[in-house]
Parts: sequence; structure tokens; C-alpha cells
Amino acid sequence: MDLEFGSEYNDFIKEVQDFCKEYGNATITTNNDKKFEMHDALSGTGSANGNTGKTVIRSDWQRLLIEKGYFARSIPKEYGGYGGEPDIIKSRIIATEFSKHKVPNAMGGQGIDMLVPTLLEWGTEEQKQKYVKSTLHGETIWCQGYSEPNAGSDLANLQTKGELIDGNWVINGQKIWTSTAQFSQMMFCLIRTEPDASKHAGISFILIPMDTPGIEIRPLVDMTLKAGFNEVFFDNVTVPEDCLVAQRGEGWSVANSVLGHERGSLANPNATMSRLNTLIGLMKEETIDGRRLIDIPSYRDRLLKVQGKVMAVQAHSLRLLSSKINPNQNVKLGGMIQKLVGTELRHELEGLAIDIMGELGTLYEDDPNVRDGGSWQFTYMYFLGLIIGGGTNQIQKNIISERGLGMPREPKVTVEV
Amino acid sequence: MYFGLSEEQEFFQDNVKKFLTDNASIEEIRKIANGEGDDIQKEIYQGIVNLGINALLVPEEFGGLGVGLLHAVAISQALGNGVGPIPFSGSYVMAPIALDLAGNDNQKLNYLSKIATNEIRFGIGLSEFVGAREDAGMEVLNNKASGRALFVVDAENSDYIILSNKAGLMFVIKSSDKGVTLNKLTTVDKTRNFHEVILKEVDCEILEKSEKDIELAKKVVDAGRIILAADTLGASESMIEKAVAYSKERKQFNRTIGSFQAVKHMCAEMAADLEPCYAMVWQAAHSFDTGSIEESRLHACLAKSHLSEVGKDISKKATEVHGGMGFTDLLGLHYWFKRIGLNRQLLGAPELVREEAAEIQGFNQ
Repeated sequence: MDLEFGSEYNDFIKEVQDFCKEYGNATITTNNDKKFEMHDALSGTGSANGNTGKTVIRSDWQRLLIEKGYFARSIPKEYGGYGGEPDIIKSRIIATEFSKHKVPNAMGGQGIDMLVPTLLEWGTEEQKQKYVKSTLHGETIWCQGYSEPNAGSDLANLQTKGELIDGNWVINGQKIWTSTAQFSQMMFCLIRTEPDASKHAGISFILIPMDTPGIEIRPLVDMTLKAGFNEVFFDNVTVPEDCLVAQRGEGWSVANSVLGHERGSLANPNATMSRLNTLIGLMKEETIDGRRLIDIPSYRDRLLKVQGKVMAVQAHSLRLLSSKINPNQNVKLGGMIQKLVGTELRHELEGLAIDIMGELGTLYEDDPNVRDGGSWQFTYMYFLGLIIGGGTNQIQKNIISERGLGMPREPKVTVEV
Repeated sequence: MYFGLSEEQEFFQDNVKKFLTDNASIEEIRKIANGEGDDIQKEIYQGIVNLGINALLVPEEFGGLGVGLLHAVAISQALGNGVGPIPFSGSYVMAPIALDLAGNDNQKLNYLSKIATNEIRFGIGLSEFVGAREDAGMEVLNNKASGRALFVVDAENSDYIILSNKAGLMFVIKSSDKGVTLNKLTTVDKTRNFHEVILKEVDCEILEKSEKDIELAKKVVDAGRIILAADTLGASESMIEKAVAYSKERKQFNRTIGSFQAVKHMCAEMAADLEPCYAMVWQAAHSFDTGSIEESRLHACLAKSHLSEVGKDISKKATEVHGGMGFTDLLGLHYWFKRIGLNRQLLGAPELVREEAAEIQGFNQ
């Protein structure tokens, strides 16, 4: 056991800490796009007393983080990244210090988290040049077009059709659960282009500009009334042939190569720890009948129970980090459980905050008595969404039991049509 | 940076595991539990002592291996995994730590060097320090101890026993002294022994440094809690393995029951609950070995209480996966269930331990 990163990282830690001191509790202005409204609560960077540091415009913040190498660190310079060697320990130091000092994270989103790694692995040189840099800088916002009304957990059942006609893809069909579609310039999506091939082999990965004629976006309001999904309809949407990523019929493999990445990132243990600390602060401040909430034994015991889980997950993330540095460490099962455990824990933690506030915990949105801007209710509900999204937690349990524990698959049922 | 057991620790752990697999089958455990396996138990004990567990926590200057608690955690996981029917947490973890922390030079030399050679073996009882029940408690006056201690660990066939009063004053008595009565407690867990110890004016040797420093007894309790958490970790791991293996064999409705999602999801939940616990228990042990007192006590409290909860859920679910067979004595799954159940209560039930964790963090201020 050796928890030290080594003295060669001391300078780097110092550098990151100095940066964090300058930008601790900073506010990032969001140019009126609502989807970032609750960003701080989700990433755990919001503090109980509100943000008290500098104010920075998001695009400037994005550029500054890349310039410093705190974001897009190992993405080559020619594609707009920092161009550093991949270094897991440095990435960890950045994440830890940012979380500790409540420094806002770089912009996330599906373009950055999913499309960029996909293009770097599968894209043509032209596609990389065209999209990676503008995505990293927040100039091109992407949405993901995977799910359809009849292709949820059974994603490979997707039916949106693409035909190659005179050097153009002509697309017809419908996508659903498309977050940020209304703000996006581009969509990356899975389209059935090979109707005669088998279920998984008939899918292609295609990039579609959202201003192409024939696209209709209809908002699909979710239970938080804030984050907002959409339904996206395609009526003879026509895009050039070179919007295809990788080969025809390779879409399923392309999508799967980054899905695992998304699952892990859905439940960041640093954010959970940070939220726990905010909750502890809340329980020390709020009172009922003049008694601090933390002095009520049943509330305190629930807090400590959750703290035990958070500490376990935090320690587990160190073990996973270690396994990336030391490839002989086997934590295959340990990686598979992250999405399930992380999202359930976060939902429980946010729910505990609501319970201890009691009636006040039900206040929401702009109510004058609302605590922390309603972030506890919002995040409580948002994480229920994450429990369902990104592969439902029931699907996660199938994956854990089948691939992790080697249990048999459910026998195939022949469906009568 | 390396977070995990070292190769050497894993090797030691594997050896204990392998020894138990080869020598402590369910039939043998059953004989021991029914009180018909004294010889078998002695063989198992000797075999594992031959691997060197007695000397683990004895400092090198007294002839021991002088390794840290993390090493003992690796062994404890293996013992929990195979419901090892031998003394460990008391004799070879808490006792040497108590002697090393609180003993004077003479006491250390006298006792620790003999633990290293396995000439003597200790039991230890700190339950009255952690939380005394009615009619229990120890009084020490002029080097004579009187009173009653419950849940003394590893006292059977011991040469000495370390006990404590409510103030954390630790002292050594000779198990065979006149005035010492040992009553074996009938607990649900028949794989280990726990005793009531009654003292009437028994000569005792006070561990000198514990006279003024209550922290030392607390530190011994921290170690005990981490080791119990590790035992539950190993026992839970074994219960999941058994449940998964059984679900792949047992057939109903012409299918192995492991292909039903109801069963698969129970197994996935158990794995998901237990997987982060490895890191948690290792971190607690590492913190005990290297961290500050407050930090390591917090880790110890949270590891003990969290593993108690996770172990309770797993021991229930794993039994359910086995269906009716899980409920029988025939399969012997209950030895793991009961061991986990006892670990949960020993040295502080989860609610009490969490309350301590709250105090450590100053939540009462």
C-alpha cells in the first residue's frame, strides 16, 4: 500500500493548488443556457453559502483550462487539446484539487465526453480537424441520438432508417431522450443503414447538422422540470455521405467503445464526497424547535450510514485508479459496479437532505424559503434519471451478474409478431 | 502509488485460504461446532500457526515479523472466508498490539518474545471498556483485579488474558490462576470461542502506559474493529461465491436458477455492495498503520459499521439464493451467516460505532 503519488508530482500539485486558490468558489456565467443552471449541484461544486469567488465566462474558462492542461489534457494540440502525455495521476490530482477547492469543472456534455473520444478513435483526419477543436472549446454543442421509442434497454432494436441515395444519406425516423438537442449544432447518432444485416451489424454511426431541413425537435419535459429532453423527428433529412464515421454497419462497435466511459463518469466519487460535506454543513446550520438537525440522533445515524458508503466508494476509486497505474491489479468487477453503486448512493444522499429538512425539503425553484436553490430536490430527481439512463440499473445488474460473476444469460424468447 | 494488498500479503492470504480449503471442510467445521473436533481443531490451529500468524504483529526486536495491521487484515479476510475455527483477532492482533502500545520494556520483552515463538498465547476482553452491560465491569486495587468480563476473545486454552476496566486501564492475568473462572458463552457462532471471565482478587500486572493514557485501549479497539470488518469481508465474499456457484447448478423450470433475473439481480447487488468494501477495509488498516489517531479511528469506525450492514444484507441474500437448502444445517451456510452476525455485535454494534464516528468528527459541537 502506497498512497503517495511520488515526489515528482509535488511541483504539479503545487501548481494546481495555486490555480485552485485563485479560482476557488468561482462562478461560471452561462450565457443564459438553462442546462447549466444546476451544474454546480450536480458536480458538487456549489457551496451552502453560494459561490463567493471570481466570475468567468464559460468559453474563456474552457480556453483557460485547456491552456493550463487541466482539461483535454492528453488530446493532441493539433485538435485543440493541451497535447500532454496521458498521465492518470495528474488527471487525478486535478480532479481532487478542483473538488477540494470547489473550482468549477470544465464543460462536460456528450460532445466532449463521448463524441471526442469516438472521433479520436474512429474518425477520419478530416472529421477530427473539423469537429474536435470546436467541441472542446464549447463552440460546437452535440446531442446524442441513440434511443428510440422502441429501442431503450434493447438499443440495438433501433429502426431509424438511413439510405444512401446519390451520395447522400437520407434519414427517416425518430429519436427520444435527446438531451440538449435544442442547443446543439450537431447530433451523433445510430442509424439502421443495412436492413438485411443482423440486428447489431446493420447500424451505422452518422453525424448530422441540426439545422438540416426535415429535423423537428419537440421538447420532452422531465420530472425536474429543468434539464429537459427532446424527441427528434427526421423527415427525409439529407446529409452528405462523408458524415459516416467508420464503416457502414460498424456503428454498434463504435458506440460501445465509449459507452463504458459514460457509465463511469455518471457518478464521480469526488462530487459525492463534496455533496456529503455540504449536507453536513446544512445539518449543522438548520434547526427544528431550536435543535440543530445534526443533534437529532436518528438523522445523525442516517448521515453516518451514508458517510460509510461514501467513504467506501471513495476508497474504491483509489483502488480503481491504482489498477490503471498497475496493470497487474485485477479489478474487473470493481469497474462494472460503478454506475449502479454511484448513482444509487447519490440519490440516497440527496434524498437524505430532503428528509432532514422535512417540509422545507419540498420547496423548489424560486420559493423564497428554498434552501440551496432547490438543488437537493433537483439532484434527487436528476439522479433518479441517471439510475434509469445510461443503461438502467437493472441492465447494469445483468451486466454485473453475466460478465462479472459468470452467471448464465436469460434464455432467448421467440417473439410472435 | 499502489492501492491494494502487496504480493507478499496476497501470498500469505492465499496460503491461509488454501490451508483452510484443504483442511477445514464443512464436515470438519461441523464436528468442531458440535464439540467433537478438538483434534481436528488443534491440527488446523497448528497448521496455520506454522504459516507464522502468531508473529505477524510482534515487532522484529522481539523476534516477530513486525508487519502492519494491513497484513493481519489480509489474513483475517482469509479466515473469514473459510470460517477459520482458530484464535486470531484476540490472540494475534489485539493482544500483541496492546502489549506493544501499553507495556513497559520488561513486559514487552517478557510477553511479546514468547508470543513470537508461540510459547504463550493470550486472550483479550475489552467489551467492558467499549460498553459495559449490567453486572459486568472490572475493579483493580493494589494489583488485584475483581469483576466480570463478557465476550472475552480467544480465552480458551490461553495462558494469559488482557482485560480492562472502564477507564481503559489494561492488565494481564494468568488464565490458570486461582480466582479466575472461565465460562464458555453459548453464542450462535460455533466457529470461535467467547468467554465470560470472572475474577476474584486475582493478581494482575498492569500494562504500565495504559494507566495514564486511555487512548491506548481505544487504539487496540480500533485494530479489533478493523480485523472484524475484514473477517466479515472475507465471509461475505465466500457467501457470494457459494450463492453464485449454487445458482449455476440448481435447476428449476428446466433452467439453472442463475439464469433468472430475480436471482441474478440479487447476486449483482451483493457483489456491488461488497466490492467497494475491500478498499474501505484496506484503507482503514493502512490508516491505522500510518495515519493520525483521529483519522484512523474514523476509518475504523466506519469500516466496522459499514461492513456490519453489508455483511448482514449479504448473509441474508446469499442464504435466500440457496432456497430451502440455505436454511438447512446440511449445507452449513449458516456458519458464515452466524460468524457475520457475531462480528456485527462484537466491540460495538453499528449504531454505537457510528455514534463514535460522529463524535470523532465533532458533530456534537
